[in-house]
Amino acid sequence: MIAELGLAMLWIAAALACLSLIAGALFLRSGKAELAAVIRPAAVAMGALTSLSFLFLIWLFVRSDMSVELVARNSNSLKPMIFKIAGTWGNHEGSMLLWLAILCLSGALVAIFEKRLREDTLIATLTAQAALSLGFFAFLLFSSNPFNRLPVAPPDGQGLNPLLQDIGLAFHPPTLYVGYVGLSVAFSFAVGALITREVGPAFARAMRPWVLGSWIFLTLGITAGSYWAYYELGWGGWWFWDPVENVSLVPWLAGAALLHSVSVTATRNALRAWTVMLAVIGFSMSMVGTFIVRSGLLTSVHSFAVDPQRGAFLLVLMAIYIGGALTLFALRAGAVAEGKKFALMSREGSLVINNLLLTTILALVLLGTLYPIVAEAMGEKISVGPPYYNRVAGPIALVLCVVMVMGPLLNWRRDDGKKLWGRLPLGILAGAVILFGLVLFGGSVGILPLLGMTVAAFVAVLSLAPLWGRNLRRTPLPTWGMVVAHFGVAICLAGMGAETAFIKEKLVAASPGDVVKVGQYRVEFAGVSPVAGPNYTALKARLVAVTPSGERYVMYPESRMFPGLMGTSPTETNEAALLTRPGGQLYAVLGVPVPSADGAPDRYQLRLWWKPLVWWIWLGGGLIALGGFLSLVGRAQFLTVWRARRARKAEERFA
Amino acid sequence: MKAKHQRLILAALAVVGVAGAGVLGASALRDEAAYFRTPAEVKGGAAVTGEAMRLGGMVQAGSIKRLPDGVTIRFVATDGKADLPVEFTGIVPDLFAEESGMVADGRMRADGVFVADRILAKHDERYMPPQMGDMPEGAGKAAPKA
Repeated sequence: MIAELGLAMLWIAAALACLSLIAGALFLRSGKAELAAVIRPAAVAMGALTSLSFLFLIWLFVRSDMSVELVARNSNSLKPMIFKIAGTWGNHEGSMLLWLAILCLSGALVAIFEKRLREDTLIATLTAQAALSLGFFAFLLFSSNPFNRLPVAPPDGQGLNPLLQDIGLAFHPPTLYVGYVGLSVAFSFAVGALITREVGPAFARAMRPWVLGSWIFLTLGITAGSYWAYYELGWGGWWFWDPVENVSLVPWLAGAALLHSVSVTATRNALRAWTVMLAVIGFSMSMVGTFIVRSGLLTSVHSFAVDPQRGAFLLVLMAIYIGGALTLFALRAGAVAEGKKFALMSREGSLVINNLLLTTILALVLLGTLYPIVAEAMGEKISVGPPYYNRVAGPIALVLCVVMVMGPLLNWRRDDGKKLWGRLPLGILAGAVILFGLVLFGGSVGILPLLGMTVAAFVAVLSLAPLWGRNLRRTPLPTWGMVVAHFGVAICLAGMGAETAFIKEKLVAASPGDVVKVGQYRVEFAGVSPVAGPNYTALKARLVAVTPSGERYVMYPESRMFPGLMGTSPTETNEAALLTRPGGQLYAVLGVPVPSADGAPDRYQLRLWWKPLVWWIWLGGGLIALGGFLSLVGRAQFLTVWRARRARKAEERFA
Repeated sequence: MKAKHQRLILAALAVVGVAGAGVLGASALRDEAAYFRTPAEVKGGAAVTGEAMRLGGMVQAGSIKRLPDGVTIRFVATDGKADLPVEFTGIVPDLFAEESGMVADGRMRADGVFVADRILAKHDERYMPPQMGDMPEGAGKAAPKA
């Protein structure tokens, strides 16, 4: 009954999307206000219906209703509750429903809260959002129905892939999806403003919180995903340039460019074409990401079921939306192009350069990701790996970071560069100290990590420069946000550089009692013992790590065995053990036992890494997100209203 | 006049940037892209010794052997048409097993053994590297469900 109700809600919501699209199109043609009246309530209803439908799906997973095909294929009654819930989106159909629910919910939020925009632009925006959701409704209902019933319910389900049975699954996909889909609102705003020719500050101010919000979620999602892959896969890497990582990075890059250019449009009414273009690119890249992940086009750890029909469906959808938006952009180019003028040496100028660099990285990452598909179509099977990305994205990203901290030291419109030249030397000094220190004492460090750490020092010092000589209590929150985010980039960069340059690795087959040295750490292997988890059995190793200063810490890496459920084969996973120290992390993985031939005790594979400053990478990611959050809060409507009211009251008291 | 100049400079910068990025991307792709090959293609002479490439195949049943150092394994990758010995030092991924699909990054050694730096295994029951889709039935039991 629950499944049927959930499905019915989806159909009703799809019908509402259809209605909104027609009513919106007619309104924009004829201007009859009564046609527009239906659109806001419809958007709210769609948001409510799809969210409820998604909650119903979670409910089915919680109850382990095995008569539903999706539950039977992806869940099991013995699974811990948190993974039953998270398992709802650990598969193709469920994750697409989550995607759609967020899309409709965003539309509902726009319909409820957006009051500043001209009414016809808002209606056009909501119509565009309805058009987007209609396509994805069709996709969900016709090719990936999550509520399908099985003719005969099996006694129990096949369970969730053990690699996904981790707390990371509960947070990583929903966070990324909110980020991806939040960009749909920016896309719809851009389309709406293009239709009514209202590309200007009002439109940019309406769009900005959505861009900032989704970018924060993307930042958090990517950071969390990177950490998840780092400890769950047991490979010890934090970024693999996997196609799916790339397709999450690409919208993030577009979002970063967009949030800077939308600020320029909001405050200066310049860079209007850039803002519209980037808004279109941002969500287009989200769709490309979904397409690549869901179609199974590329070899990746994220691919669920491979299904060419679904891929073709998504490809058609994408072509319609992206093509439509770009056509509209071309038709309305005249209404968009002419913005306020500015000199090259100005804050706008530096932001344009940064946007160019960001989009260049975006294009090169996309090229590397899609090239194998193109090559395969021409009969060659090719894979593009980290060497390509490091070579193309690394140097440009470093230049980008240098320009990034110079922009805030310039004035809007025109600048004589006095402030910049005054503060630049300190940054250069910081960079030079690190550079010489590393060259003299660092041993053989690769050129990219060397430059990375140098630029990190430069950026760290100069990112704080906008605060120098200011009253810190009176500095507006968005300025704090910018400083924190830029400082976070420096921390992240320093972590990447230090980890790459000074990582130590040991791979051994050790018997209990053996001592392994990795970096400055001594690790004593005390032995292994069997343990039983809720739905797995495991071998647990006991390692005693001795720090350079003589402190002792115990680490427990595990090798887990999940039994095959309902005809699937058993799987093993490695649970890494991490020891976080101020200087970095010690990372331990337990491999398989190695039987000895001549009666000697069994040995076990152990892989140990010492990773200097590695946790700075995620700390930096967190700071970047925090910076975004501060600027979002600092510009929030209610806060401005509250401040104005307080100021008025204070005035009244003095009057 | 001044504004026009500015815009010209910006446009020129953009053109130079895009062209530079294109050249950078193309040359990096030429140098760094690795070919994906099956054991049959390698046996057919497609691989140059020492050149980075990616090998895809099934792990042959009963072929995984451990060397005395305890951390190096040898196994045979097969695509049903040809077999290729593979050597790998490290901890194999969680889902690596005999009779299932794997993809390895590495290079051919002069003695005809493929030395893998990294091994990727199939991710779940329904997933297999798409490049292996055209392999004959029976090469491994983990064929994708349609």
